[in-house]
Amino acid sequence: MDLTLSDEQRLLRESADRFVGETYNADHRRKSAAEPNGFSAAIWKQFADLGWLALPIAEAHGGLGGGAVEIGILMEAFGRGLVTEPYLSTVVIGAGLIAASGSEAQKQALLPKVAEGSLYLSFAHAERAARFDLGKVETMATETPGGWRLSGHKIAVLDGRAAHQIIVSARIVEASGAAGRLCLFLVPAGTPGMTVHDYPRLGGGRACNLDLRDVQLPADALLGDGGDALPAVVAVVDRAMAALGSEAVGIMQTLLDTTLEYTKIRKQFGRPLSANQVIRHRLADMAMQCDEARSMALRAALMADAEPVARSRAASGAKARIGKSARFVAEQSVQLHGAMGVTEELDIGLYFKRLLAFDTMFGGSAHHYRRHAELGGRVKA
Amino acid sequence: MDLSFSAEERAFEKEVRDFIAANLTPEMKRATALTPSVFSDPDIGMAWQRALHKRGWGAPGWPVEYGGPDWTPAQRWIFEAESARAGVPNVNVMGVKMVGPVIIGFGSPEQKNFYLPRILSGEDYWCQGYSEPGSGSDLASLKTRAVRDGDDYIINGTKIWTTHAHHANRMFALVRTNETERQQDGISFILIDMKTPGITTRPILTIGGDHEVNQVFFDDVRVPVANRVGEEGKGWTYGKYLLEFERGAGIASAKLREALRTISDLAGSDITGRAVDDPEIALRMSEIEVDIDALEMTELRVLSALQTGQNPGAVSSILKLRNSEIRQAVTRLGVDVIGHDGLAVEPVRPLYRLNHEPPVPEELLPIVPEYLNGRAYTIFGGSSEIQREIIAKMVLGI
Repeated sequence: MDLTLSDEQRLLRESADRFVGETYNADHRRKSAAEPNGFSAAIWKQFADLGWLALPIAEAHGGLGGGAVEIGILMEAFGRGLVTEPYLSTVVIGAGLIAASGSEAQKQALLPKVAEGSLYLSFAHAERAARFDLGKVETMATETPGGWRLSGHKIAVLDGRAAHQIIVSARIVEASGAAGRLCLFLVPAGTPGMTVHDYPRLGGGRACNLDLRDVQLPADALLGDGGDALPAVVAVVDRAMAALGSEAVGIMQTLLDTTLEYTKIRKQFGRPLSANQVIRHRLADMAMQCDEARSMALRAALMADAEPVARSRAASGAKARIGKSARFVAEQSVQLHGAMGVTEELDIGLYFKRLLAFDTMFGGSAHHYRRHAELGGRVKA
Repeated sequence: MDLSFSAEERAFEKEVRDFIAANLTPEMKRATALTPSVFSDPDIGMAWQRALHKRGWGAPGWPVEYGGPDWTPAQRWIFEAESARAGVPNVNVMGVKMVGPVIIGFGSPEQKNFYLPRILSGEDYWCQGYSEPGSGSDLASLKTRAVRDGDDYIINGTKIWTTHAHHANRMFALVRTNETERQQDGISFILIDMKTPGITTRPILTIGGDHEVNQVFFDDVRVPVANRVGEEGKGWTYGKYLLEFERGAGIASAKLREALRTISDLAGSDITGRAVDDPEIALRMSEIEVDIDALEMTELRVLSALQTGQNPGAVSSILKLRNSEIRQAVTRLGVDVIGHDGLAVEPVRPLYRLNHEPPVPEELLPIVPEYLNGRAYTIFGGSSEIQREIIAKMVLGI
């Protein structure tokens, strides 16, 4: 039992904090927001140079073989700077799905490219009717003489516009015409029949909806051997939620630090706001929520490789708990900034929106408390 | 980073488990489950303390030279977790966990030689004389006076909320020995024999119907100056040191998890008509479980810091706050889970020695008293409001 950072982990945190601290500011964010993809390709190259893109990829595929804890360290720093580069979609989820489901040839072909920064990935999975149910997919894949034909609609696809390859989930149409097992397909950007409806994402970055209309794919577009991909999707999303939890911790800590400073300098009735007990206790509660969120994100990361039920309960517990804490810290940060907190003139609102986006992604607290209870056998799925 | 324990630590875990299996009698276990106050009565609690002492485990936090077992923080964690899981008696902490560390830290050699072995063996039973009717959260305003008279102090005043004063043969108390400008500077830490003439004890029943706390009166009580711990006027410093022990006991999640398990079992049983089938109840169980996970993780982070020699800092206030809030959430859930049976009042104590058939199944008897008495968790040891002040000051620097 040891929860202290190793020397490598401490170095990673220092370099991430330094890079983010020096690079990301209001000016940088404005420039990123003006980029078509919502982030900077030059910065992505620097991520590659720093070894961050290779971090969780296996050494056999050009990576460094890091784990969920290292990802968490990076993501917390990303949260502090509201980083919009597609680390989650490309490295954590995209490369994670290829590593979990891909054939050896696909891993060899794609993962080194992620590590070196030349390949952006995205995962198109959520659908309107499914809400947050990962198993509910109505997009269909029909086998054709030359490969596959995909049709369906996907929503909330992170960084889909930037992606060179979008990993699309679909159910195989069986001979009987019924929907069969869930499979993943690699769909290159610009494939005829796929329309990307790109939009700016709450809190920074881009996302899109996808229309897939008779999209023709070669046989080798299928990721892996065509076995049921749902367990891999669940595992990778659990990992993504742990990573997002750490990002949320970075955002929350920044909101707390900023709000704390503000209450020290803002004077009303002849004294700083922070001299008032009602404010002091609110800040104490915010600090506690930050600390609990930190514990839960770390717990989810440390359990990312545990057996599936324990792993998923840790991930859902973290998502639910951090979501609740994040809302509290975000709303109180705005409240304590007074009217200024409601304007776009301060960064507070940006951080607020990013936490709201965090809470929304992959399901909010209500969904994840329920999933936690289901996996614990308390409520029927 | 690694959440798992080493092979040696696993072996130690088994050692603890075997010890508990061999020493925890069904009577002790039942009595503990049916005690709705914080601590077991001394007959149950001290029986366990004696068993621990015999094994050399009487004071896990003490240095080896005074009889501590020389455990690593991880071993202490395992010991507490296994103890909670098995439902061992809740030994009154006033001796081993509170006055013991103060005597070790600041007591004279004579005091150490005399008191420490008697704490370990359970021969002495301690209570804490801190709060007064006029001094609750503002403890430093205490008024009980100790006036020097030759080799004695003469003590006059009153202490309140004194847990188990009616069982204790000794009290450690904060008393005012000087009127100073800064009221903290006039306080001394003194050890009092409860049989000294002039001491009277009045029981106070808590809203759950339990007699756990008391008011103690001092009427010209003569206590030797030799019973003062450390320097005159330094009592506040020693007392604060002790309060950090009280708050930062640090290993509360295991007990909370066990308490939730008890309620969850009831919720899944026919006794409650399967309360868990109500999705609102089921979701609250998950919410509380997740809160316990978070607290446990924070405790483990502190433990890790301690293992590498770092100071965990003011986090003890966060742990105390969260522990007390979660404890209350569990007891509230308990009341909601048992439904109709929450109406039944059983006034006789102890609940494990009733001479009549209880009005509801025995295991439901402590649920409502635990909830009611449990309101005290966010008040004693520094109320939640005081803890928030400490967090604001010590963690946030405002």
